[in-house]
Amino acid sequence: MKEIASLLAQNHILAASVILFGIGFVNLLLQKNLIRKIIGLNIMDTAIFLLLTSFGYIEGRYAPILVSTTDPAQVEQYVNPIPTGLVLTGIVVSVSCTAFMLALTQRLYLRYHTLDIDAILMMVRKGGN
Amino acid sequence: MSAKELWTRFAAWVNGEAAPAARFEKEYQPKHSPLFRRKPREVSTGQPKTYEVWFYRVSAVLASVALIGILLATVTRLPLHGTPGTPDQNEVAERYVEQGLEETGAVNLVSGMILDYRAFDTFGESCVLFLTAMSVFVLLWNDKHSLPPKLEAERKEDDIILAEEEMHLLRHAAHFLTPFILLFGIYVVVNGHLSPGGGFSGGIIIGSGLIFYATACGQKTVSRFFDRKAFYILNFICLAIYAGAKSYSFFLGANHMENPIPKGIPGAILSGGLILPLNICVGLVVACTMYAFYALFNKGDF
Repeated sequence: MKEIASLLAQNHILAASVILFGIGFVNLLLQKNLIRKIIGLNIMDTAIFLLLTSFGYIEGRYAPILVSTTDPAQVEQYVNPIPTGLVLTGIVVSVSCTAFMLALTQRLYLRYHTLDIDAILMMVRKGGN
Repeated sequence: MSAKELWTRFAAWVNGEAAPAARFEKEYQPKHSPLFRRKPREVSTGQPKTYEVWFYRVSAVLASVALIGILLATVTRLPLHGTPGTPDQNEVAERYVEQGLEETGAVNLVSGMILDYRAFDTFGESCVLFLTAMSVFVLLWNDKHSLPPKLEAERKEDDIILAEEEMHLLRHAAHFLTPFILLFGIYVVVNGHLSPGGGFSGGIIIGSGLIFYATACGQKTVSRFFDRKAFYILNFICLAIYAGAKSYSFFLGANHMENPIPKGIPGAILSGGLILPLNICVGLVVACTMYAFYALFNKGDF
């Protein structure tokens, strides 16, 4: 138990991102308000980005922007650029998804005058407008 | 139903004058098919029982805690944060760092990676942004058939209030600051291959500058130089240039032909081959999309 705790303390960024992911998941499951559900999904996205960027980080190395354009670059000098690019892709897709979900939510609100997902489902089942 | 009737109905639907008719009610009523003779499943329309609600809540929390536990157990087996020599630092990253400057001409290795080695990935991202803007447009467009009249009246009232109110401080600040914000955004886009930044971050800065200006001076002021037509044309031109240029250079590269696009001196503004024009294309698409989101959510039109 002590070993696990010390390992988690050493890997605290990964542990924090995993816990953030769980918090977002609980939000997604338990919130009734659609906007809060979307916020939960965004927290999950952020947790994934934190995890990916921290995978690429190496202590004591520079960001992957070359210091000198004449000397040949050494791998030991720079952090891993691949996770950074992946996170860039992820952020764009997350923004797009959020905008689309919010637009759908606005349409639902205009039609049913509530953001409560249970109330909306009830009205749909009753067959009303 | 005659062909002419069908055509008029279709034309009405395209023009948005009528819903696509209630033809399902007549044609799909099952009479002889045994498949459809069953009654639809009974669905409870009342409030869920208290014990059901509590069962759902408790099981949701338990499932999430179990998920966190499994993932934390995985984290204890992962390599330590910040240590060199983990499996993800493989020969791909090595190649990108050591040969990146020579092969792409970009000082910023991330820019070189996403706009040269993986350029089609970034093209897909730009298309995702454009498609999302289009979907939001379909959902939120301030069409007089689709929105309730009350909302339209409210939006018109907002316009009147914005026109009458004298917000001197905000408007003067907006007039003073917006050019600098746009300039900074352009700087970040154009220097994407030399310093941190690039099309996505610079585009976001330009888009938020436009949003700031629209908040202070009203969307009508912005729509004098950036309206829906400009949005379509800019997006189309940027995506077309991106697709054409990158297809051309991929074709040359795959067939071992000589690439006529010069790499330039590393570190100069005009260097990096195609990275600078592609950065500008991506930046414009991102800026347009961000402003389109704001305008559509705010007024439903721009």
